[in-house]
Amino acid sequence: MSRNLILGGALSALVLLAAMVSFVWTPFDHTTMDIPSKLQTPNAIHWLGTDHFGRDIFSMIMVGARTSIAVALVAVGIGMSIGVPLGLAAAARSGSWLDELIMRGNDLVFAFPSLVIAILITAIFGAGAVNAIIAIGIFNIPVFARITRGAALSLWQREFILAARVAGKNAARISAEHILPNVANLLIVQGTIQFSLGILAEAGLSYVGLGAQPPTPSWGRMLADAQTMVSFAPHLALIPGTAIILTVLGLNLMGDGLRDWLDPKLRVART
Amino acid sequence: MLRYSVKRLFSLILSLAVASLVIFFVIEIAPGDPASFMLGINAQPDTVAALRTELGLDQSKFSRYAAWVGGMLSGDFGTSYTYRTPVAEMIADRLWVSLPLALYALALSTLIAFPAGIYAAARRGKAGDMAVMGATQLGVAVPNFWFAMMLVLIFAINLRWFNAGGFVGWDEGLLAGLHSLTLPAISLALPQAAILARVMRSALLDILGEDFMRTARAKGLSRRQALWRHGLRNALIPVLTIIGLQFSFLLAGAIIIEQVFYLPGLGRLVFQAISARDLIVVESVVMLLVFAVITVNFLVDLAYAAVDPRLRSRT
Repeated sequence: MSRNLILGGALSALVLLAAMVSFVWTPFDHTTMDIPSKLQTPNAIHWLGTDHFGRDIFSMIMVGARTSIAVALVAVGIGMSIGVPLGLAAAARSGSWLDELIMRGNDLVFAFPSLVIAILITAIFGAGAVNAIIAIGIFNIPVFARITRGAALSLWQREFILAARVAGKNAARISAEHILPNVANLLIVQGTIQFSLGILAEAGLSYVGLGAQPPTPSWGRMLADAQTMVSFAPHLALIPGTAIILTVLGLNLMGDGLRDWLDPKLRVART
Repeated sequence: MLRYSVKRLFSLILSLAVASLVIFFVIEIAPGDPASFMLGINAQPDTVAALRTELGLDQSKFSRYAAWVGGMLSGDFGTSYTYRTPVAEMIADRLWVSLPLALYALALSTLIAFPAGIYAAARRGKAGDMAVMGATQLGVAVPNFWFAMMLVLIFAINLRWFNAGGFVGWDEGLLAGLHSLTLPAISLALPQAAILARVMRSALLDILGEDFMRTARAKGLSRRQALWRHGLRNALIPVLTIIGLQFSFLLAGAIIIEQVFYLPGLGRLVFQAISARDLIVVESVVMLLVFAVITVNFLVDLAYAAVDPRLRSRT
């Protein structure tokens, strides 16, 4: 197991643990305001200090991890559950009108960056975490469709697939029973990368007010709140920023490590 | 090449047409009537009806779509519901901030990424390579708007080299304009530079394994000479594709960075429009961004095919 995988896995596990523990315990209630102890720097009572309302930043970071993970995870789920079947279908009917339709549809969705999708959705339904999930999820669909199609196309030429066809299995069964298990590793690695991009996208959307709304804590909104106070209370921006960076870094390292671990051939070629 | 270009052009027009349909009908299903919203809750029904007629809201969806697309083709994006000024003028004003910002960031990202990627590839596996790769790993993980806040804290608030926000305008001169876009451009460029440096390095490493590189080395060129004379040109093809793709991300990313620096660009325009339910502005800005993405991808495809003839037959 590589150093990347261990370090990335440990960082990711730490964030996941913080999110899980926050369901049963946080040092303070993350919504309780305590104006007399506002804007404290990290100390023995408030480990990461307090914000402009005197709320405990450590507790907010723990609960914020929940929002980030939930949004990014569901968005990856949406991308995978729609993108992978589309990619499998396109590869199974390679060169047909269905393949062409799916791939052109992909190109079209690709032309809408997740921020633009979020703007459109917000213009209609208003801002919120669910809309952020949908926006990032839609953006993930063509990513998974493309990567699945690419990998599946080369598999369709292999002899074990030919054997399955001779055995009388139809395209859908071959895709589910033989192609999917063989592209699963690739999808896990891509899933990790999209998960980390989802964390960044959620933070960005919340920062501009298109993501999670108060009182749901979110790292991006903590940064938006910190912006006007960064000159006299830089810890308000430094702490959520560091949380985002460590989470994304951990997931990216884990993705790299997983890629090496699952496919030793890539060890040489990896970027 | 001509046949390929015509085919791609046809696909470009089709993509734009479908994208415009999607945007128009997504905005159409938005709840609430813009005319009632503009006039407030106490407005008389006949006033609302008159405004609906003035805005063309009483016509059928199809004729409004046709009017919207037809108008855009002739440079008329309609009239803003809230400002009562032509949307095209509002967008043009804001583009003078957003477009130079995206181009500035693209230039910076290329200037950082090329040397970094080449350096890392030339020293593969050594300490220099590891340092560059570590830095890019970090660069990819940093949210650009957070990095922007840190730049403001250090270079605007503490060192006072730059303004913390706002745009002086191009009337103050090119240098003054660029100066006020420098921190936003750096914060936009950093994550993109990290990605580009990684692509540059991996493209160069792929090329280093090619037969013609071995031949170049066999001719007596040093590793570095072979890299510069033969490797770089070939590695540029995938790198240019990524640069093309990045431009559209920079334009969209600028929307968030503009919020950090209070820049009067497309981003602020679209957020103001969302809160004022000025849907015609939202519709037009989104269409413009999508148009930019699709068109840049089309140009990259053409450039790619011009450089690599094998691609023309493939698609």
